[in-house]
Amino acid sequence: MRLAYYPGCALHGSSNDYEQSLRACLGKLEVEPQEIREWICCGATAAHALNHKLSIALPARNLALAEQQGFEDLLAPCPMCSMQLLKAAKLMDEDASLRREISSVIEGEVSGRVQVLNLIQVFQRIGLDRIKPAVKNPLADLKPACYYGCLLTRPPDVVKFDDAEQPSSLEAIMAVLGAKPVDWNYRTECCGAGMTMAKEETVLELSQRILADAQQHGANCLVTACPMCHVNLDMKQGDIERHSGDRFGLPVYYLTDLVGLALGISPEELGIDRHFVKKV
Amino acid sequence: MSLFSVRKITIGLGVVPGTAGHMALALATRTETTVPVESSAPPNSSRDLLTEILAPTHWTDCYQCGKCTAGCPVAAGVDMAPNQVVRALQLGNFEKAMTSDAIWACVSCQTCSTRCPQSVDCAGIMDALREVSLQRGLASPEQKTVVAFQQAFLNNIRRNGRLDEIELIAEFKLRALPSERSLRFLFKDAGLAPQLQKRQKLHLRGEKVKDRALVRRIFERCGDGKHA
Repeated sequence: MRLAYYPGCALHGSSNDYEQSLRACLGKLEVEPQEIREWICCGATAAHALNHKLSIALPARNLALAEQQGFEDLLAPCPMCSMQLLKAAKLMDEDASLRREISSVIEGEVSGRVQVLNLIQVFQRIGLDRIKPAVKNPLADLKPACYYGCLLTRPPDVVKFDDAEQPSSLEAIMAVLGAKPVDWNYRTECCGAGMTMAKEETVLELSQRILADAQQHGANCLVTACPMCHVNLDMKQGDIERHSGDRFGLPVYYLTDLVGLALGISPEELGIDRHFVKKV
Repeated sequence: MSLFSVRKITIGLGVVPGTAGHMALALATRTETTVPVESSAPPNSSRDLLTEILAPTHWTDCYQCGKCTAGCPVAAGVDMAPNQVVRALQLGNFEKAMTSDAIWACVSCQTCSTRCPQSVDCAGIMDALREVSLQRGLASPEQKTVVAFQQAFLNNIRRNGRLDEIELIAEFKLRALPSERSLRFLFKDAGLAPQLQKRQKLHLRGEKVKDRALVRRIFERCGDGKHA
């Protein structure tokens, strides 16, 4: 599978453990994502909150680069990035004059032929039937709370992925790995997202609810496919516990961590030893 | 849409007392009572700009069911719930919406837009309000810290093309310091640095793209000057 890779700022910043995990895991499945040269930030919340046009232009520039570099499929493992890329593509598809305007802004053409994929979709492309026989270490002790967060499934008319209220794609992968995902309520609730620095109390409150619900429903870990969710639930878990008085001790895994472990990759190769909350 | 037709919607809803919709309307309009509707908002450029940016959100279609607010993770702690923000717009009280704390407390989770039975893009409304509110200097002083973060973020991308986390944190702290006015705020996250370092998550120098001049041109063409 020839696959372009848009890491986004998080995976080249403090969420570089996600990139390590992703490369190790996909490599085992013989998928080598190729990073787009000269990619720029998608603008994230700051762009869509402060400048609508910029929030289309920045992702559009990356779509143009992917096209220029001859790719048809583009993996964006950060749901914020993938949503922004898909939104820009959709708005330009619906409005030819916007497409022309943006193309002069970014000094490049976006024909719309690049397909943006989130991480779960890449596993679906590889095929769960191909992953299943490759499982060497079934994760029988694992009862993960599958946490989708906001932007993997929302807004549905933009991302067109799974079900926005009752998604099941992560649970389907967990079942293939031999894990027993729990049934719980906060799968698509927001963790506080980019407010980690700007408004910490939002993250402390929203992420506490997620961890508490996962714990109440018998989860012994969480699994996510979003770098921001991982920061808020893993790195901030100690602060959340101090703030609320709870004791969670719930490890938070990237999706590629768990697929990788099941395929027989070591925790160190996947970068799991670099997480904050350790498995007890 | 003109104010006149917006008012017709209001009246149309108001004549069904005793229904859930009526109760939601009463809840939503409660906060409007002290503010004159049309006199406070003469036509001006911020209104025109906002109306233009709001157009794709279908904001006039809201019938105040309150589903956006029911699913909003931050509604309980803010001055105006999402349905009240939309209501303020429908009543012509654009300034009230633009000066609210709510628009900056919004985490852009998209739950409101996803669940709206009228396909109102409530999260898009929040974006439009933030954009124009900032341009017109109407952002709530209470929310300066959030505004400072978003501005520092965009400045950083404009300079480097990609996010430099340490630079972002430094600029954000300095920008927000005048409103936060505490050393605790300034150094609150400093303890994280060794923790991140230990995990090889700290990058003293962030990545930069080669063609940064192009990035600046993109920002300029989008009308995004450096955030002072």
